[in-house]
Amino acid sequence: MDSRYLGKLVEEELGDRTRIWKRKDLIGLGDLSKDEIMLVMEIAGIARREPPPFVDLSGKKVVTLFYEPSTRTRTSFEVAAKALGAEVINIAVETSSVQKGESLGDTAKTLRAIGASCIVIRHRVSGVPHMLSKMLDIPVINGGDGMHEHPTQGLLDLFTIIQHKGKVEGLKVLIVGDIAHSRVARSNIWALSKLGANVFVFGPPTLVPKWVERMGAKICRSPEEAFRDADVVNVLRMQFERQRGGLIPSVKEFSRLFMVDEEKLSMAKEDVCLMHPGPMNRGIEIDPAVADGRRSCILEQVENGVAVRMAVLYLLLGEGGARG
Amino acid sequence: MGDSILIKGGMVIDPKSGLEEKLDVLISDGRIARMEKEITPSEGWRLVDASSHIVAPGLIDMHVHLREPGEEEKETMESGLMAAARGGITTLCSMPNTDPVADNPIIIRYVKWRAEEVGLVEVLPVGAITKGLKGEEISEIGSLVAAGAVAISDDGRPVMNSEVMRRAMEYSTMFGIPVISHCEDLFLSAGGHMNEGPLSTSLGVKGIPSEAEEIMVARDILLAKLTGAKLHIAHVSTAGSVALIRMAKDMGIKVTAETAPHYFSLTEDAVSQYNTMAKVNPPLRGEEDLEAIRKGLADGTIDVVASDHAPHSMLDKDVDFERAASGISGLETCLGLLITSLVDKGVLTLKEAIAKMTCNPASILNIDRGAIGVGKRADIVVFDPNASWIVDPSRFASKGKNTPFSGWRLKGKVKMTIFKGRIVWEEKVG
Repeated sequence: MDSRYLGKLVEEELGDRTRIWKRKDLIGLGDLSKDEIMLVMEIAGIARREPPPFVDLSGKKVVTLFYEPSTRTRTSFEVAAKALGAEVINIAVETSSVQKGESLGDTAKTLRAIGASCIVIRHRVSGVPHMLSKMLDIPVINGGDGMHEHPTQGLLDLFTIIQHKGKVEGLKVLIVGDIAHSRVARSNIWALSKLGANVFVFGPPTLVPKWVERMGAKICRSPEEAFRDADVVNVLRMQFERQRGGLIPSVKEFSRLFMVDEEKLSMAKEDVCLMHPGPMNRGIEIDPAVADGRRSCILEQVENGVAVRMAVLYLLLGEGGARG
Repeated sequence: MGDSILIKGGMVIDPKSGLEEKLDVLISDGRIARMEKEITPSEGWRLVDASSHIVAPGLIDMHVHLREPGEEEKETMESGLMAAARGGITTLCSMPNTDPVADNPIIIRYVKWRAEEVGLVEVLPVGAITKGLKGEEISEIGSLVAAGAVAISDDGRPVMNSEVMRRAMEYSTMFGIPVISHCEDLFLSAGGHMNEGPLSTSLGVKGIPSEAEEIMVARDILLAKLTGAKLHIAHVSTAGSVALIRMAKDMGIKVTAETAPHYFSLTEDAVSQYNTMAKVNPPLRGEEDLEAIRKGLADGTIDVVASDHAPHSMLDKDVDFERAASGISGLETCLGLLITSLVDKGVLTLKEAIAKMTCNPASILNIDRGAIGVGKRADIVVFDPNASWIVDPSRFASKGKNTPFSGWRLKGKVKMTIFKGRIVWEEKVG
């Protein structure tokens, strides 16, 4: 069978538009321009359409270094990397020398020395991918850092919206839940506002920092204001592990007031797209009935995640991208 | 010390007396012997050419973390006092958050003894307000004062319990010493690593609201009113704090305040790339706060500039933003920032700026320092207010290389520091 290059398809369809991507790393969507984001969307579209395998990254070693648990993201990166012909090495932090006190910087440099072509990192502390990107000459991809950003999630959320609605500009997109502690919320707000969506956020005041308005989102004070005529509803998990406690009186009260259910969704547009980055806490922030219902785009998000991550890996490591 | 030093042709500025005149200064036997328009050099005298230089009282830095005893890997008396001398400082107050804490006379005496052993700069120890800095029981303040403490503070921490702070302030009035307060509501600031605001929100870092400082400033001002104690507010960082202090002074309450150079030179933008060198407590704030601090210095609301020198080993700074230690190594950039960020920007005149680190702290501490006059002890700094230099932490005498000012071009270069009539530091030429 002939070797297939995603890059060849990209070149055919997009010409030399890939030249606009000059970044070594993907740390956050706050850094990206509208054009860069759209480029990822277009390449992801091609990857979604055309069946793998490709060989653009054959010979490359993609290392995932996840200091926090993950089902979707890590597996998704692995599938994406392999679909492009790369080798994948998943570092299990719990059994690595990190347990012996080896520092983050030393771990990363060691992996580089062993031959890692790029590192996908997830860490509890905001700013760690940025720190690593300065230490290493190989691409660093942020798989989620603290409360800061989860850029590939933001990109796949955006891709899902475009798939369903054909556009982003002018849409009412609502993000519900623990905005304060959510990296997914921040990545989404950046991407959506750059592409012209009307972004709204809704949650308990203790979990919605007022400065989120400076990032481009409008704070809603009631379910009516939040859900009415929404085109997209993106539901966030309560980030208990990041909260200090005392921010909400109880999970029960949070559910009663904020759980996304049929009643709230009926205020939205008929063809509203219901999203959730996962993992879901069914019965807390989302009613199982709607999670599995007709409006749910949740599983598509996961499928789109592979295509989007293929696009990102291609841009950072492939011949047509930053390294080409 | 027998050797005489003649400082010729310098502009002598003594904010205490208002003197600002070109004079020759003769130092002899550790004291200022003569100050005249023209002093003829005599054989055996060390001649210092101070033309186009300022001759000022040796600077007093009221807020320094010397790290001895207990954290010698961050700073020793030798490295810390050499750093002070390089910065033109001849007297400094050492904070009590050492290990062990300076809550007993033995540690106070140890600090004094070690400083005298090194002999470069005068160290006035600050004793702890509470035992172990736990904020529960008042330390034996009388013993601390008898051993040489010039003030009390739990700096590094606030005294959260208002009743304990009230009794400590009340008790302190017996000794007439300032109570230096680190104003921070630990519950409001818990888990925070930078100023709370739009930047912390977009960086995804838990912030410390200005109110965490302002609530305690207000509380301590009211306790000062209640007890009549001499309250001194450490490292003021917010506009709200400045406003509260101004109001308190207008009401006649005995409160003085200090700020550190980073609060009048930088904003929170310095951490926008998660730069741990700019991580400090209280954190760098917003543009409005920086402006308010400068106004507060100009109108006298803030009496003193103190470095809050907090040296750290690179091991404690070269880690992720959350885990990085807070603090800036500031002894060697203090004067330069005073001139570059305040005098050069027209916020203060040179004389006013020098006052913030000479007669003002001396008056608060009630010590006969921070002034130049015939008969006074010869603690003097000679510096060129116009010479510029680039901040290079690798050349700091301090073990602490942690500064956000690395690479900055500062105006104001110390040529010589004289302590008790002896040259303890001078610029190497050639």
